[in-house]
Amino acid sequence: MIELSRVNKWYGDFHVLKDIDLKVGKGEKVVVCGPSGSGKSTMIRLINRLEAHQGGRIVVDGIELTDDLKAVDAIRREVGMVFQSFNLFPHLTVMENLTLAPIWVRKMPKRAAEEHAQHFLERVRIPEQADKYPGQLSGGQQQRVAIARALCMRPKVMLFDEPTSALDPEMIKEVLDVMIELANEGMTMVCVTHEMGFAKTVADRVVFMDQGEVVEAARPDEFFAAPKTDRAKLFLSQILGH
Amino acid sequence: MSALSAPVSWARENLFSNWKNTLATLAIAYLLWKLALPFLDWALVHAVWWSPDAKACRAAKGTGACWALVADKHRFMLFGTYPYDAQWRPALASLIFVALYVVSAIRACWRRWLALVWLGGLVAIGVLMWGGVFGLRYVENERWGGLALTLLLATFGIAFAFPLSILLALARRSTMPVIRWLAIGYIELIRGVPLISLLFMASVMLPLFLPEGVTIDKLLRAQIAMILFAAAYLAEVVRGGLQAIPRGQYEAAQALGLPFWKMMGLIILPQALRISIPPLVNTFIGFFKDTSLVLIIGLFDLLTTVKVSLTEPKWSGFGIEAYLFASAVYFIFCFAMSRYSQALEKSLGAAQSRTTAGKGAA
Repeated sequence: MIELSRVNKWYGDFHVLKDIDLKVGKGEKVVVCGPSGSGKSTMIRLINRLEAHQGGRIVVDGIELTDDLKAVDAIRREVGMVFQSFNLFPHLTVMENLTLAPIWVRKMPKRAAEEHAQHFLERVRIPEQADKYPGQLSGGQQQRVAIARALCMRPKVMLFDEPTSALDPEMIKEVLDVMIELANEGMTMVCVTHEMGFAKTVADRVVFMDQGEVVEAARPDEFFAAPKTDRAKLFLSQILGH
Repeated sequence: MSALSAPVSWARENLFSNWKNTLATLAIAYLLWKLALPFLDWALVHAVWWSPDAKACRAAKGTGACWALVADKHRFMLFGTYPYDAQWRPALASLIFVALYVVSAIRACWRRWLALVWLGGLVAIGVLMWGGVFGLRYVENERWGGLALTLLLATFGIAFAFPLSILLALARRSTMPVIRWLAIGYIELIRGVPLISLLFMASVMLPLFLPEGVTIDKLLRAQIAMILFAAAYLAEVVRGGLQAIPRGQYEAAQALGLPFWKMMGLIILPQALRISIPPLVNTFIGFFKDTSLVLIIGLFDLLTTVKVSLTEPKWSGFGIEAYLFASAVYFIFCFAMSRYSQALEKSLGAAQSRTTAGKGAA
């Protein structure tokens, strides 16, 4: 489904990503973790080309990402993304947030798009909030709307970029529950997160990144029980050791 | 509490709460008495309202205002040199303009059909002003003037300059260097010269460069110069609004697969223009008044017709009254714009009690 091979990226002189290789199969759930500044967010943003890579190849759903805007748009239609800061459209209601892309990108009729959106609002357990504006919702609710917004495009892959990092602790669970449900339904997912409980529950693979490199990639039980590298050990001791 | 004590207690609380407030209140009251009363005395009590031969005005000069000037010359002030017996046409055209503004100001009317209403209104205005059909006498646009001309210049100016300014603002933020440089060059060049010099160029220099036999109407040339000028200013206002939109909004729109123009039209511009309302209206108001500069290339806008009214010997010397009248007309339009923009901000903001584009607090 997603294939990164020998991908490199620089910000000026700073080498953010170094020879990244990553394959995500259909239905696979990959959790990416690592210390801040390790390049994990940048990496996930390459997959729908919010950032452009400068070396190597990225193929998503059989289409290679290049400067060709048509290819980029085609991939973006199939790849949903959830952001750390939600990025809902504040001038539109929840329902309008959800139906915008189905109507304008997928060319769905408005009525059908609304029914479809209502279905996804029920799945993220906030069907009653359809007519509110994002600013009237709590953080956890906003993030669930953001997930529903991405799902309304019927994506083949979902990318999550630290979806719970901006949330108050008591709201993290409601978002993770929705994500776990989604994983159980067989969605292909790439998720940058520090929620190790989530990784243990749903991940097929944990990818540990540090300083722009993939240091380790392993099944979660292996990774958490016996990390192979010192850097992974240090990282795990820092985030689990309290 | 009696009905009378409410204002008294209000005054005590707000005007005489301590010695500093009391002093300020008394000082202001004294100034009002010294300045406002004599003005009202001059403008209303001792004013001359009717005097076709201006003799009463001469007699009252210094003690009373001569509104007889406005009474006598208002048709010329409002309609310029438009044929006298056909002046109902520019009057009706001005009313249509005002009606179009009012309809456009009502949010319930922000539908597709509004564009058709405008199209119909502008065609009607064109027919009225030019004539030549339906038995209306043809009136060449050299004879247009006064309020109708001012509204014409301002309306067309803003209607064309605003979309152009959005394109310029987007171009200036483009990642494509050539487009960005062109936009920067245009904006800086136009902003760097006074409107007067642009108008001069449009009216005097442009014809020199046109091939033999090709002429562009003077009014049209002035209008184009004004559009180009306003667009450069508005572009910077729009760009300011665009810069206030968080990056996450672009990314979210892109991640959903929205192509560039849809992203701009549906997500970015609605938010950017909303926060730009105060400076946009500021620029609109400035532009409305700047239309008066066309007097230097010989177009008879409202301010020019007022000025020309004073050249008539019997009315010479009553400039204050004439310019007060012109000011009042400009003020009505500018103040309406200002009030409307405040109401619009409120009603657009009311929809979202807390607008946070990014991190929402619990």
